[in-house]
Amino acid sequence: MQKQILMSREVLLTGAIVLLLAIISTRFPAFIAPSNLANVFNDTAPLILLAIGQMIVILTRCIDLSVAANLALTGMVVSMINVAMPGLPVPIIIFIAVAFGALLGMVNGVLVWKLEIPPIVVTLGTMTIFRGTIFLLSEGKWINAHEFSETFKAFPRTELLGLPLMSWIAIAAVIFFSVVMSRTTLGRAFYAAGGNPHAATYAGIDVGRTQFWAFTISGALAGLTGYLWVSRFAVAFVDLAGGFELSVVAACVIGGVAIMGGIGTVVGAMLGALFLGIISNALPVVNISPFWQLAISGGAIIIAVALNAQANREKGRIILKRAEHAT
Amino acid sequence: MLMETDQKSVLASTESEIPVLALNAVTKTFPGVTALSEVSLELFPGKVTALVGENGAGKSTVVKILTGIYQPNGGQIEIDGSPIRFPTAQDAGDAGVTAIHQETVLFDELSVAENVFLGHAPRGRFGLIDTSAMMERAREILESVGAHIDPRTKLKDLGIANKHLVAIARALSIDARVVIMDEPTAALSQKEIEELYDLVEELKGQGKAILFISHKFDEIFRIADSYTVFRDGALVGSGAIADVTEAELVKMMVGRDVSQIFPDRERKTGDEILAVDGYEHPTEFADISFVLRRGEILGFYGLVGAGRSEFMQSLFGITRPSAGDVTIDGERAIIRSPADAVGKGIVYVPEDRGRQGTITALPIFQNVTLPSLGRTSKNGFLKLAEEFQLAREYTERLDLRAASLDTDVGNLSGGNQQKVVIAKWLATHPKIIILDEPTKGIDIGSKAAVHEFMAELAAQGLAVIMVSSEIPEVLGMSDRVIVMREGRIAAELSGDDMTPETLVRHAAGI
Amino acid sequence: MTDTTRFIPDRLQSPLERRLKSWETLLLAVAVAIFIVNSFTSPYFLNAWNLSDMTFNFTEKAMIAFAMALLIIAGEIDLSVASIIALASTAMGAAVQIGLGTPGLVLVGLGVGLICGAFNGFLVTKMGLPSIVVTIGTMSLFRGISYIVLGDQAYRGYPSDFSFFGQGYVFWVISFEFVLFAIIALVYFVILHKTNFGRAVYAIGNNPVGAEFSGIRVARVKFILFLLTGLMSGVAAICLTSRLASTRPSIAFGWELEIVTMVVLGGVSILGGSGSIPGVVIAAFVMGLVTFGLGLLNVPGIVMSIVIGALLIGVIALPRLWEKWRT
Repeated sequence: MQKQILMSREVLLTGAIVLLLAIISTRFPAFIAPSNLANVFNDTAPLILLAIGQMIVILTRCIDLSVAANLALTGMVVSMINVAMPGLPVPIIIFIAVAFGALLGMVNGVLVWKLEIPPIVVTLGTMTIFRGTIFLLSEGKWINAHEFSETFKAFPRTELLGLPLMSWIAIAAVIFFSVVMSRTTLGRAFYAAGGNPHAATYAGIDVGRTQFWAFTISGALAGLTGYLWVSRFAVAFVDLAGGFELSVVAACVIGGVAIMGGIGTVVGAMLGALFLGIISNALPVVNISPFWQLAISGGAIIIAVALNAQANREKGRIILKRAEHAT
Repeated sequence: MLMETDQKSVLASTESEIPVLALNAVTKTFPGVTALSEVSLELFPGKVTALVGENGAGKSTVVKILTGIYQPNGGQIEIDGSPIRFPTAQDAGDAGVTAIHQETVLFDELSVAENVFLGHAPRGRFGLIDTSAMMERAREILESVGAHIDPRTKLKDLGIANKHLVAIARALSIDARVVIMDEPTAALSQKEIEELYDLVEELKGQGKAILFISHKFDEIFRIADSYTVFRDGALVGSGAIADVTEAELVKMMVGRDVSQIFPDRERKTGDEILAVDGYEHPTEFADISFVLRRGEILGFYGLVGAGRSEFMQSLFGITRPSAGDVTIDGERAIIRSPADAVGKGIVYVPEDRGRQGTITALPIFQNVTLPSLGRTSKNGFLKLAEEFQLAREYTERLDLRAASLDTDVGNLSGGNQQKVVIAKWLATHPKIIILDEPTKGIDIGSKAAVHEFMAELAAQGLAVIMVSSEIPEVLGMSDRVIVMREGRIAAELSGDDMTPETLVRHAAGI
Repeated sequence: MTDTTRFIPDRLQSPLERRLKSWETLLLAVAVAIFIVNSFTSPYFLNAWNLSDMTFNFTEKAMIAFAMALLIIAGEIDLSVASIIALASTAMGAAVQIGLGTPGLVLVGLGVGLICGAFNGFLVTKMGLPSIVVTIGTMSLFRGISYIVLGDQAYRGYPSDFSFFGQGYVFWVISFEFVLFAIIALVYFVILHKTNFGRAVYAIGNNPVGAEFSGIRVARVKFILFLLTGLMSGVAAICLTSRLASTRPSIAFGWELEIVTMVVLGGVSILGGSGSIPGVVIAAFVMGLVTFGLGLLNVPGIVMSIVIGALLIGVIALPRLWEKWRT
């Protein structure tokens, strides 16, 4: 019974996803063919990666609105490196992407940690600065498919055991961060710092530094996604992934991450991302105009946050003995 | 004279050993306030030292310095005779100092075991947290403090007493040499307190040094080996517990005779003004019924977490009761919000002044006039002159001390903040005033002023409800006392039944 | 005890003295400096018609910013304002199709704004949900509805007298919008600084629990603030639609961030509790002058966003850095 309570949010969401798939399959059975589901997963991989980073940031009572701009800036930087040095091997490109993204995340983190500027202000600011920087770097020009080297473009599409590497990276990130969040000191510190910052200080946790690491992780994942995005779509430009930060926050909220901090899981964030991914992939299939997508995800956010609030309602001190036994 | 003999006895007991932890002339100042002034404190292995002092004497500051939350401005901390610094809480833990804090500061969303082991969980392969070992060890420690809780339970599902036991288990999970217990029995029932005493004996046997902070003299004399008394941030005495009497301790603590604190007043009460019938809340309290008369001071006594504040806040409209009726002046009152309550003449002076009582970033006059803006304004437009006039009238009645009425409330001392809260409510002309721990954390001068003022209000025909955990205050001020235990009324006492023994007995459920 | 006087003075510092040392004064100096620099760098700057044009850069945004300032001072935020503009504009466009005249269009615009504000207010105050997530949700939902209605189409054909709101001039170079902006600024100045309601807004923003415990009806005040923000979005929608004479679902895209930036730049604490209307007025001019000045120098819009983003972080970071450096 205990386990059920712990799992309920994820179970509920899985149920919702299955239900969604079932409804779609009544009108278009081919949608739930394994190969198509694999495609949907692959399309959703960037959202999953970013949602994991965003979840960690939100856990610590912060928010990172700069993820999409970070993705675009890192994407542009690695693209320009690729154009300038086509021979540079992909692992080095990936390393640069992760490191550069992490660096941008650290900028957010330092401003939040050392100057105690509210995260929403910091990331609102860096979001516009990152976008503007892309323009300065690229002079507003696009980098198009023919300018990239073949190996640069091929990496995310390379298949391993029937799945593209893009998907494998998302799966690996889910597993890796699940372990980090549940089984490492830093992972638990994210929960503690967001759940009760005051108590965390007493427990020897530096809340500001924990937030710094959360932003760094979010930035690193955004950087990684930046490379995957530009290589998969073989294009880099200023407005790449414009507005995507809101989908990322939406995925987290749908995945049961509490915006007040302290509550959320990697699996939840992944399921939230998949929920949105399935909807956006299914709309054209079931003949609904893609213009519906924005409204649907907006509605989903509102419903999800209402459900979260219901589940996390504060319980008070529980003074009556019978109340304690009842839970 | 007293001090001389005390120091001799300390010397006698320390000839053989150096203190495991010592504070040497430590000073701590905050902007405008000296919280500690050159205090010294010594803790010895296998000994329990009681730290005694009134609220605001500096006990909590000492705990925060010893656990790395605050940095002293002067003096030094010594471990085994050599100086050390605790820049963070982690450093204090590493040096073997652990504390059970007064407020149970834990994590609702984490499991019990994680609450116990956060920051020092057992590690397994690849340096990852060994969950099963953590559960196992958590279970052992919880059993040892008499808490029979599944360590996988989320903390938010526990009741207040069990949360407290988890906090104690957390302190014990660190292999510490020094254990600080800051009012550890405040929220515990008699049975749990007995188990805690056994535990203290066991820790003593293991050679740990214990700093025991408590208000309760019976337990100090029962388990402490030596004492240290603070008053207003300064050391006023220390020595062996065997060489001191309760009266002497009290005298050191308050610095004068206790019997004079409470104002004499004529106890005559008028007709019934408030009747509460069958008030109930799903988790916090049940079955609360009583009446209150004009000119009466009704005391509410109980252990921390007995549900007194929760009930009062419900009466004030903060939380909705699931059942129950309120009658004011013979008319049924429906109170859904504090605004309703104020409209019906009920006001509430909360225990948590900083968060609930005042808006610390706003100036005094704006705090005072906040609920009375309807009277000082015209058609919804502010009239500053009238605001200042109203604020002046009531703050002067309470003898407030401040630089100006435009000073932010956050810059005032606890006692003066409390005066602002009371002034705010008196300006609304209430019928019933509820005071929740009205003198907690304020200096003795303000304390007496608040007591005198309460007596004055009652004499003017106001009905007063006073929630207090201090037995002398409850007995000294109340006409009648209701004792609460675990969310219910345990007893209603008046006249000769109001004795310290009956209060404690009903509150602890013996 | 003898050193404290029995008599407590009302004030130690006169209101004027307090005002001179304020953020608003600093900001005003910045605005003047930008004005002077601009007038030297471009010969076209000191031209009455050009300066009049400049005001269109900020008037519509500032109308919303005043209401947003109250909302942020009260500790909430509304990120859906730009989407409310889109929805209100779409509704007006649809109303044109069924032959509604200008008075009807105005009512539709204001009505949609109020309904959207009421919806946000309901979710935040009645259901107790965090406003940042709720309004990220409604941001998608409201604009999403515009997309469903319009897709990639546009509404045109607004009545000719409708154009007055966004294109009309009251006197010489003084536009109707500018007059409206000035009136609204005055109204919000009075509401925030001269009424009981404004006092309640400050009290709630500084300490919502303390305000509730002092008998303030916190939920009611916040609900009204959401209504006002919705209403102002409706007003802005009328002006903007009139000025553009067309409606696309992407109308006013990204404005929410510029509006929040304007409010924060104006000295309103993003954490709530402090700020003033004069500050927001000056901030509106600063942003208008920067945009206009850079525009005259042919600096592209995206680079201006770097300046705005840096301004946002800088104005908060610099005082804190200074504080750190001093201690």
